[in-house]
Amino acid sequence: MTIHSWITISLSDPLPLYLQVIEQVKRRVAVGDLKPGTELPSIRQLASQLQVSVITIKRAYLELERDGVIVTRQGKGSVVAERPGLQVAMQERELKDRLTQAADLGLLLGKSKTEMQRRMAEAYEQSQKGKP
Amino acid sequence: MNTVLATPTDNQLAASLSHVSKTYKHFKLQDLSFSLERGTVAGLIGPNGAGKSTTMRILMGLVHPNSGTVQVLGQPISSSQASAKQDIGYYSEDMRLYKPESILWHMQFVRSLYPSWDDAYARELLDRFGLIEQQAIKGLSHGQRVKAMLLLILARRPKFLILDEPTNGLDPVAKHEVLTELMRVVEDPDRTILYSSHNTADIEKICDSITFIDRGRLIASDNRDSFLEQWKRIKLHAPETWQTPSIRGLRLESTFHQLRILSLSHFRDEIPAELQSSGATIEAIDPMSLEEIFVSSVMRGREGEGS
Repeated sequence: MTIHSWITISLSDPLPLYLQVIEQVKRRVAVGDLKPGTELPSIRQLASQLQVSVITIKRAYLELERDGVIVTRQGKGSVVAERPGLQVAMQERELKDRLTQAADLGLLLGKSKTEMQRRMAEAYEQSQKGKP
Repeated sequence: MNTVLATPTDNQLAASLSHVSKTYKHFKLQDLSFSLERGTVAGLIGPNGAGKSTTMRILMGLVHPNSGTVQVLGQPISSSQASAKQDIGYYSEDMRLYKPESILWHMQFVRSLYPSWDDAYARELLDRFGLIEQQAIKGLSHGQRVKAMLLLILARRPKFLILDEPTNGLDPVAKHEVLTELMRVVEDPDRTILYSSHNTADIEKICDSITFIDRGRLIASDNRDSFLEQWKRIKLHAPETWQTPSIRGLRLESTFHQLRILSLSHFRDEIPAELQSSGATIEAIDPMSLEEIFVSSVMRGREGEGS
């Protein structure tokens, strides 16, 4: 349908397509674009919109449901779960992921824990001041 | 409203081939078996001359196999099955439109043959494909001609679309328009598409299942994600004396000093541990693209090694 959809799927991303869908739905929940109770497109509609296979979306929806992010009612489609704390949980998850990535990189480059803490504080201050 | 999640029954299959063989003077299709689930997009991928078109013509009942059975939409296919053919839409570049006549003339002609013709949908397609109905076929570009032929097929709303290289030679915009329409078709869970190409990138995203053929033989047929999960490229460090352990589907592709690059066709969770215990240090286990998987499958198949 459109190449500029709310989910962007890329074959050059090493992440499997269904995980790209999951990540982006979770991010939309974290930033509040997808609110609890919001209706999601049906599996076949979303597959058509993103031009990806039906199986890809089916799998993404099943995992999102298992993770408690969405709820699917037979014949009625899927909605974002109405669960208190869902948005905060998604935010925490994303924050933790990114910190872990930074920590892994620090470890790989042989940086010490104190060095990493100092760099984190520095980065935080820079963000506070606006873009570096 | 019982939905069956087990293995598909015959009813859930749009088509199946079982041990199909066909011999020509210079080409042989050998013992081909695979099936397509209803409501899915299936990709048929093979190098030029692999037997893709022959396979599709067999499914259309245009070619009769020497042996084996073929079922399409629940019926055995043969030239006499006119009723099943009402529900099949077949596209091939070999098909010719009548050059002096307009797109509209062709639309009226197809409508007179097929009661399922949907005129409103045909008009939408004209618009979305950017075609002008009064235009004569002889004045159309390659891309416009392909889109006009697809319009004539799609507007009949067939249950099963057999498309032989439909995006061949299309520019990126025309290709996008065509893929968009195909994905709209499978918004209906009762409709199925078999799509052939020698270009994996064309269909990597949209296919639910993929069948690889080469030199008239089936190389592999599986759902798309299984291919991507089972094939890996492994980089590891190992001493000079290290021998590739005998793990199913594992082979050494290249060596650069201590670094070894291997490909693996049957990944299992235990494999990293098995490699470590052989004395190697794993640097990375990366996914392979469908194109790399296709080329590796074909090369391995040709070496008669199989998997």
